[in-house]
Amino acid sequence: MISRNPKTKNGLGLTARELSKAMGEAVIRMPKAVVQSLENAAKQETDSLAQLHLRAILDNVLLADAENLPVCEDTGIQTVFVDAGREFPHLGELLSIIPEALRTATVSGPLRANAVNPFTGANSGDNLGHNAPAINLTMVDGDCATIHLLPKGGGSEQLSALWMLTPADGLKGLRREVLSHIQKAGGRPCPPVIVGIGVGGSADTCLKLAKRSLLRPLGTHSPDSDAAALEKELLEAINSLGVGPMGTGGRTTALAVNIEFAPRHPANFPVGLVMQCWCHRHSVIKLNRDGKVIL
Amino acid sequence: MPLDAKTAKALKTGDIVYLSGRIFTARDQAHIFMLRKGIPEGLITSGGAVYHCGPIVKDGPDGKYILSAGPTTSMRMESLEPGFLELSGARAVIGKGGMGPSTLEALKKHGAVYLTITGGVGASAMKQLGPIKNVHLLEELGPVEAVWEFDAQELGPLVVTMDSNGNSLHDDVSKATLANLERALARMK
Repeated sequence: MISRNPKTKNGLGLTARELSKAMGEAVIRMPKAVVQSLENAAKQETDSLAQLHLRAILDNVLLADAENLPVCEDTGIQTVFVDAGREFPHLGELLSIIPEALRTATVSGPLRANAVNPFTGANSGDNLGHNAPAINLTMVDGDCATIHLLPKGGGSEQLSALWMLTPADGLKGLRREVLSHIQKAGGRPCPPVIVGIGVGGSADTCLKLAKRSLLRPLGTHSPDSDAAALEKELLEAINSLGVGPMGTGGRTTALAVNIEFAPRHPANFPVGLVMQCWCHRHSVIKLNRDGKVIL
Repeated sequence: MPLDAKTAKALKTGDIVYLSGRIFTARDQAHIFMLRKGIPEGLITSGGAVYHCGPIVKDGPDGKYILSAGPTTSMRMESLEPGFLELSGARAVIGKGGMGPSTLEALKKHGAVYLTITGGVGASAMKQLGPIKNVHLLEELGPVEAVWEFDAQELGPLVVTMDSNGNSLHDDVSKATLANLERALARMK
């Protein structure tokens, strides 16, 4: 971790209060690409129940936006990704305001308190706790920092999976496991879903990659041609299953399949899957080297 | 609401309905608590509708209010629902994702139905539920898991996906998707 640059005079141009406001906004306003994708799905669906669910979803998204209400009552597991440039001078300060911002967004903002002690069952009431919030820090080139807010619902998270396949299983095994899993999951993860897949690395790496793949703008493909081809193939196969919105049938089971990868050990073929519900809430904040918000 | 036996019996899978009247929320913890200690005093469950929901509850100048109140995944209550239907006499279970064979059997036994509400429609459902009418087990279980009562105005659309005659739309879809899965896997060889 880089310590705060002592030469910085102005410090971070993002306060804990401003970040807490962004955390609140993230559960109220859906990314435009997600709404567009749901609208396209509604146009293409012929199944009457699929249309009913998609209309209810789109009406609800509009209502939430118009009246400043959380789209879904499950405002999620608060997951923050920080991609910090090695020359970004305000990292320590940025990391230090995240818990306070989250507490404010919960106690004085719209977030539901979702941090429950696994031993006592006690809800902390402010989304904070031992090892929470989950902050995923990645060091990148440059002098800027990007914060991704991904408040992710528990219903879809429950359908996450890890398969430690063998090299003999390989990509064929991946296709079989992923498709079988989505068939079995049915309506539980709130389809149409976004399927995040991590291939390779270790058990923890492939799940991290699977979650990270959800940060990609919806509808864009991996820059790697093999990964992109598998994304397209899997999306088509998933949508041939007929699970449909909310699992009551239809052609829209997934809006996207996003794949990230890393080299695998010669003995392993790990595949991690992170399911995201249709309510894919994702906000991005960018800071420049002066600590000013530029996005 | 309340739902009489004849009306519940007449509902068939695929029907689309809107529900008005008293409904109460209960998730895992409320089911477990009531199965152990009984229905709280003042909560009328017979002929009622139990909604699988953990709303966002905030404190305002006029007391507690709801910000968003969509459904939670019903399958988590699969092992608890048969006992709860027996205990409560509820005639409708509202949630998302569907439930399994134990609940389907219990629905048949008690002449009750399972109604699917679209997952994630927290804002719309909050409007349709209206203001909080009562709360039970708040101190014991906290705001997410407590039993909240509302006088709903046309909550829905709700799809009857499990009826009291042993039919489950979830089972039908599951059979069809399993056949589609085998075809998709064969194509991929």
